[in-house]
Amino acid sequence: MNSDGNIDNPLDAPAELLRVATAGSVDDGKSTLIGRLLHDSKAIHDDQLEAVERTSRERGDGRFDLALLTDGLRAEREQGITIDVAYRFFATARRSFILADTPGHVRYTRNMVTGASSADVAVVLIDARNGVLEQSKRHAFLAATLRVPHLVACVNKMDLVDWDQERFEEIAAEFRAFAARLGAPDVAAVPVSALHGDNVVEGSANASWYDGPPLLRLLEDVDLEADRRALGPLRLPVQWVVRPHDDEHHDYRGYAGQLTGGVLRQGDEIEVLPGGARTRVASIDSFDGPVDEAWPPMSVIVRLDDDLDVSRGDSFCHPGTAPRVLSTIDATVCWLDERPARPGARYLVKHTTRTARAELAAIVSRTDVEDLSLLPSPPELALNDIGRVTLQLASPLLVDSYAENRTTGSFILIDEDTNATVGAGMVAEPPPPDDTPHSPNVVWQRGSVGREERWLALGQRGGTVWFTGLPASGKSTIAQALEARLVAAGRSAYVLDGDNLRHGLNGDLGFDAAARAENVRRAGEAARILTDAGTLALVALVSPYAADRDAVRARHAEGHLPFFEVFVDTSLDECENRDPKGLYKRARAGELSGMTGIDDPYEPPANAEMVLVGGRQLEQTLDDLVAALEETGLLPGRT
Amino acid sequence: MTRELSYLRLLEAEAIFVMREVAAELERPVLLFSGGKDSIVLLRLAEKAFRPARFPFPLMHVDTGHNFPEVIEFRDRRVEELGERLIVASVQDSIDAGRVNEETGPGASRNRLQTTTLLDAIAEHRFDAAFGGARRDEERARAKERVFSFRDEHGQWEPKAQRPELWNLYNGRVRPGEHVRVFPISNWTELDVWRYIAAEELEVPSIYFAHRRQVIERDGMLLADSEFVAQRPGEEPFETSVRYRTVGDLAVTGGVRSEAATLPEVVAEIAATRVTERGETRADDRVSEAAMEDRKRVGYF
Ligand SMILES: Nc1nc2c(ncn2[C@@H]2O[C@H](COP(=O)(O)OP(=O)(O)O)[C@@H](O)[C@H]2O)c(=O)[nH]1
Repeated sequence: MNSDGNIDNPLDAPAELLRVATAGSVDDGKSTLIGRLLHDSKAIHDDQLEAVERTSRERGDGRFDLALLTDGLRAEREQGITIDVAYRFFATARRSFILADTPGHVRYTRNMVTGASSADVAVVLIDARNGVLEQSKRHAFLAATLRVPHLVACVNKMDLVDWDQERFEEIAAEFRAFAARLGAPDVAAVPVSALHGDNVVEGSANASWYDGPPLLRLLEDVDLEADRRALGPLRLPVQWVVRPHDDEHHDYRGYAGQLTGGVLRQGDEIEVLPGGARTRVASIDSFDGPVDEAWPPMSVIVRLDDDLDVSRGDSFCHPGTAPRVLSTIDATVCWLDERPARPGARYLVKHTTRTARAELAAIVSRTDVEDLSLLPSPPELALNDIGRVTLQLASPLLVDSYAENRTTGSFILIDEDTNATVGAGMVAEPPPPDDTPHSPNVVWQRGSVGREERWLALGQRGGTVWFTGLPASGKSTIAQALEARLVAAGRSAYVLDGDNLRHGLNGDLGFDAAARAENVRRAGEAARILTDAGTLALVALVSPYAADRDAVRARHAEGHLPFFEVFVDTSLDECENRDPKGLYKRARAGELSGMTGIDDPYEPPANAEMVLVGGRQLEQTLDDLVAALEETGLLPGRT
Repeated sequence: MTRELSYLRLLEAEAIFVMREVAAELERPVLLFSGGKDSIVLLRLAEKAFRPARFPFPLMHVDTGHNFPEVIEFRDRRVEELGERLIVASVQDSIDAGRVNEETGPGASRNRLQTTTLLDAIAEHRFDAAFGGARRDEERARAKERVFSFRDEHGQWEPKAQRPELWNLYNGRVRPGEHVRVFPISNWTELDVWRYIAAEELEVPSIYFAHRRQVIERDGMLLADSEFVAQRPGEEPFETSVRYRTVGDLAVTGGVRSEAATLPEVVAEIAATRVTERGETRADDRVSEAAMEDRKRVGYF
């Protein structure tokens, strides 16, 4: 709560919410730091301060102990440690903060995992005298495992090392190097003295060599926009069916839920999973009236055009971007219960709004959280252990990998005997596409580097943008201009042009239906390889038949690769007018047969992610394209 | 393109999600409605979660009998407007039935007795979930409270045996006789609640605004002069302008000196206050360091 009148009009609440998780080992000064953060940002009230002063006095402590502000439970006060996750709240004029204060000891790993599960930022406390210890690495590892997007190393007790710049930089460099190995996307380091308040809320004269912001400023500046832009494909698990039983709303049937990915618009065509029925969004309702569009984390009610049988546990997505429907799940699990997990044990899996029975089919490996080594096939996972498991489900779930979506990629395990929450799971990336080779002797070579790892290292995600349309509709021009723009912005993009492919890879193919299908298939496979490698593959190909294009889309979905179809909708007249290669003329003259648009059909896509109409400025078209790609998460933020 | 939600709308979306989860996963929920500001917010959230249908649960007030008449009048009117069903569980009935004994002596209140009345009502109606308006910013023990807080068959809270809550996956599974307390506005602060009331233009009982009242000053708190507050030697009722920050048992709920008569004025005062809600207005929490933790363990709200 801000009390300094920083907010001119108290009704103008700060716009943003940041969820922070803190971790540190006992005595690193975490409680002191949080006390300092709350105190200096004026979130502590006089009566709370008095209580702390009283306790400090009673204990005979010479000074006011900031750490007492946060130790909530009696056992914690008695033992002077943090056991359970505690939530703190404070605000500045710019942001409101929810801080999950989690214990750092290995015995309480499960509590740190809990705090980190929904955090935007993880702050790891490091004692400047001790440097990056194993426990600091463990904290960084857990934050990375839970995919907390931002990591801050808070190097505390700098006063005890005389604000030695070299010492700080040495620690910061070591921490950064370690975090990079874990694939943590954004890492910062700040030198502080929690006890004296240097660089916590205010800057510090003691660290004149440090030109970064104090911790609070750092938290205020964390770029949430980039995280938010990557909304990914639409995900809306149905929570509850709203059916008023009164005359006024006789036929009202609304599906309530919270969006966990993508953007839903009124009028959108959607697919209802797991059944796969398609319908359109009649309206998106809220208590305050209908809205045109909804995005995460909005809680809304959706009404559909058609009378379908939809119930809790079903999920809405856009056609062609469905999550995987799995009966066997590979996942990383953190064990939360005293009773260890053993292969063969049965649990309930709660995932979004669906719960399924499951058997723990195998424990593939266990990570030693002290040194991060992997132990294959351990007999069990004990409390606080983290391991890779395989679950066999009695009924399928609609999942994404945790890397793609922290909500649709996560689940908890419940023990049906005790009703306790015993495990926290994160769905693994899908295995490489299950290519069924013609020769039984060919087996898929599993690389040792995972796709996510590769994409992270490149700092971008791969994806296929497929431009389809009549010859001369402008596909190649747009694809090439997009490639130029992306590359200029430092991204890897590559045009696969239909004409060019026919000079090499597809040089042996003609133009009959079978050859065209094969042409499209090969282009699709080439795009998949580029995409898997982390490039944006921009395919410019007439690809006239819907079935061929859909097959490519399906292949992408299978391999869990993004596919974005763009219909370049230029009229036949216009194309014929342009006719840069003189093909239309020759076809009209009967010199060329099987010309798409003339004597061979073009089947326009019904569900393209985007339709580009002719007659617009190229720059404008590119702006729209980039914005749409950002929206679907194919491009992160501004390019 | 960036799509944002203000943080209040974000908290709102989270609370709506929680309410729908309870409605979907538990058999017999109930929403505890006291007529106080936090439960007023809960009612609005329930409207947002379930309208145009009716709430899939009744409302329940645990009535100490030590009420501000303005609050009871408001409670009944609000329930009527909503067209929902209200159950009143009365502490007086528990006393009459011999389930609890009235406290006597100075500082006596019915706050503690509410626990028995509440647990009896939960058992009688076989409720397996009860929504409450508690917030984590209220007090140190509350800071560790889950959104879904599991209670055993005796209604007890065991801080060490709480279920971990990860992501937005809540485990509300209970056996017969057990229940969960669910706190949809766990992550809201007092200021958030007031800002929300302002943004949604919600009506609140008049005692939340400054009004003139006969009060007694005790331990730095201004208690309403009423039949439920036994005067101690040397205490002299006097009239002043006060406003309440919480509503509870009249005997132990203190008002604060205030001239804030409108919603914006109240919000401005709350934003600038130097004292917590409980510290300023709840005599019962001052008893010991761990007063709240102890009461929660035995099944308090
Ligand atoms: N000199 C110095 N001491 C600190 C600093 N931060 C914390 N301490 C001390 O380190 C000890 C442990 O701090 P505490 O906050 O309880 O650690 P926690 O176990 O991580 O919560 C206490 O004696 C603190 O006063 C600091 O920046 N400088």
